[in-house]
Amino acid sequence: MSPKPLEGIRVIDLCVVWAGPFATMLLADLGAEVIKPENPHVWQPMTRGAFARPPQAYLMFAPAWGGGYPNNVPGERPWNYCPTFVSLFRNKKSFTVDLRTPEGKEVLRRLVAISDVVYENNATGTLEKLGITYEWLREANERIIFVRVPAYGNSGPYAEARALGIHLEAVMGHTLLRGYEDADPSSNTAIYSGDYLAGAQGAFAVMAALWHREKTGEGQLIEIAQAENAAAMFTQAIMEYSLNGRLLSPIGNRDIFGRYPCNVYPAKSPGTAETADDRWIAISVETDEQWKGLVEAMGNPDWARDPALATNEGRKARAAEIDQRIAEFTRERDDYELMHLLQQHGVPAAPVLEASRMFSDPHLRARNFFRKQTVEGAGTHEYVGPLWQFPATPVEFYQPPVTLGEHNEYVYKELLGFSDEQYEEFRAKGHIATEFDPDIP
Amino acid sequence: MQALDDLVVLDLTHHIAGPYATRLLADFGADVIKVEPPWGDPARRLGPFLGDDPHPEKSGTFFYLNCNKRSVVLDLRTEHGKRALAALAERADLVVENFAPGTLDRLGVGWEFLQRVNPRAPLVSISNFGQTGPYRDYLASELVIYGFAGEMYSMGETDREPVKMFGTAALFESGAASVVACMGALFAAKRFGIAQHVDVSLAETHFGGVDRRHATAIAYQYSGRKTIRAASRTSGMPGGIYPCADGYVDFNNASIRYDRVLDMLGYPDWATDPKYQDPAMRMNPEVVEEWNLHFLQWCLERTKREIWEEARRAKVLCGPLFTIEDLFHDEHFRGRGFWATVEHPVMGKVTIPGRPFIMPKGGWQLRRPAPLLGQHTEEVLREAGVSEEDLRLVLADARKEVSR
Repeated sequence: MSPKPLEGIRVIDLCVVWAGPFATMLLADLGAEVIKPENPHVWQPMTRGAFARPPQAYLMFAPAWGGGYPNNVPGERPWNYCPTFVSLFRNKKSFTVDLRTPEGKEVLRRLVAISDVVYENNATGTLEKLGITYEWLREANERIIFVRVPAYGNSGPYAEARALGIHLEAVMGHTLLRGYEDADPSSNTAIYSGDYLAGAQGAFAVMAALWHREKTGEGQLIEIAQAENAAAMFTQAIMEYSLNGRLLSPIGNRDIFGRYPCNVYPAKSPGTAETADDRWIAISVETDEQWKGLVEAMGNPDWARDPALATNEGRKARAAEIDQRIAEFTRERDDYELMHLLQQHGVPAAPVLEASRMFSDPHLRARNFFRKQTVEGAGTHEYVGPLWQFPATPVEFYQPPVTLGEHNEYVYKELLGFSDEQYEEFRAKGHIATEFDPDIP
Repeated sequence: MQALDDLVVLDLTHHIAGPYATRLLADFGADVIKVEPPWGDPARRLGPFLGDDPHPEKSGTFFYLNCNKRSVVLDLRTEHGKRALAALAERADLVVENFAPGTLDRLGVGWEFLQRVNPRAPLVSISNFGQTGPYRDYLASELVIYGFAGEMYSMGETDREPVKMFGTAALFESGAASVVACMGALFAAKRFGIAQHVDVSLAETHFGGVDRRHATAIAYQYSGRKTIRAASRTSGMPGGIYPCADGYVDFNNASIRYDRVLDMLGYPDWATDPKYQDPAMRMNPEVVEEWNLHFLQWCLERTKREIWEEARRAKVLCGPLFTIEDLFHDEHFRGRGFWATVEHPVMGKVTIPGRPFIMPKGGWQLRRPAPLLGQHTEEVLREAGVSEEDLRLVLADARKEVSR
């Protein structure tokens, strides 16, 4: 088998929620050995689920991506297959250890000594309470690369602020910049684009630091303040203010660069939004040439052949009318048929795809995007695939989403060299587990 | 010294996602040679523009995406242009491109050409839907990519159309995913001598992305449930976005630590009702609505900054909805030295968001502003040993376009 780009690199994953686990997943996809130490006595909300043992009511009221457990029951070990997180566990290893005890910390210290990277994105102060600092890590391993991803940074007035991706996006301006142009910002849905950006850049940071270490031998402490990291995504709003002192406001689905038409239009729907069966097509015209293509695709209707609409200025002036006319054209047509028709005429267009429909998309099937995996207690399902295709060092599921403590024996015995007897001692002291404590809700 | 300062990157990208990926490489020291056609990267025609003047050297979008790079103008349709490209490829450690699939091959400068010229250098190709498959040649945009592949379907009000993120946020996400692919390709080349042609599909960077889609997809596989489009105001107590005295505050997911919410509120009678302690009740929309009536009053009596201060003290999840003006002048980010300013020959002093992360050894530097179109053609081509004759022809191509 061909080597993987990060083969032989070991990463300790002390991550929570999304931004951290996404970064370590990308590293694992590229072949790093990512190991998650997990504490079976401490529940970290929003890491293997909102609850260790979610009440049936939670399953009902939470959105599908929170409450959609296998067959709509929590099952015996819900932490192994919470839909909010399970996909991020691919290609990783898990072992259990109680880091609040001296012997638990010693286990971690020994693991640090033979690892390359420690990655964490806990609330500021969490690791300090456990005595896990850069100095402590460096004593165990001088070459260690320690990546910390606090929300607002570990200094300054907001250092202690608690945040998920959604909150720091509010602070960075995104929540006031996005959404319908005629609606109050409270109609915005919670999104986590900051977790995406910080996760991907975190993987980049690790690799940049590894590259540096290969040349100099130096490890280091990297701080990714998630809020600062997210700023890039709002470049046009920040530059508009920086260059011209002007504030932007939401424009819905219109093009930020003022090219018309650009919107989401209704398509023929098998049902309503209440059951997620409404359908929409996204169309964005960026050039006069593409406008011509759209007009042709619509069958050259009289209104669209108006020469006044041949230029962007003309279309901008009558944007609302054009949107209405396009909607009349799309309303009774199938969204996929519209995509093919419009694309054949050189117009960027695609359905606004509800997630269940990706599994029947012929393009994703042709590219073999999904991967069938079995998770104990959940059964066999298709998981989303990797973000890129590497032909010579393929990115695959080397290992299905990892269950709690799945690699206890591997880590304690094989990696750290503890004897069978010692392993049983760790078990007696409560370190070895495949379940969270029964009294954790 | 910077982490990536031993790398030369031949950058054949344009618009947003590709240039963002190579900008990050340049930020950490790589010598990124940006090849532009004589008419320039189309991002030069994207706003916002300094003083609203749509000048190719005054685009804020282009500026942000191309700092720290050098610009070389080449017409790849000409033989001398191709020879100059070969000279650049020869010294490159990595080539990145985001033309429509097949374009480089049609020009005769695709993967096979690059392998011939420099078998050590991997190629990362970024495209809308990937280099293979039935949609290979389909066009896309921020809206089309995010609508199709991101979790846009469930964003917005149930009885309205789905609504996207701001600006080109999705393309920035794809750019960040692409730089990870670039580093992966570089590591495979450096450690194992494997140079490969990596295929990055913008759509797949979202289909497999962390912002909800991985979860909505597996939730459907697991339970048959679909994620319905809904604003986030019904997700707990408190949950969602609330108006306050001078704006709005976001309390999504704050309900997971109700003990801290009580601390933030100072344990008022209305909030200490035992029924609110039951996590199942906290998911019940009727109970949430009753609770919200009280909470709204509490919010409306306070400013967004006052509320955030209370939330920070009690360690409650919260974020005030800042404007870019609030953000730009905020003392926290100023005090941490986040913003960066650089002098540009046409735009003057320009302030942009600074480092994406703090890396004390070999870390981020703003070494130069975005390049003028073709600013470094002569300098870079001389370094690459391009013949005087070809250099003369290349420079003439660039001038022709400018005089048009």
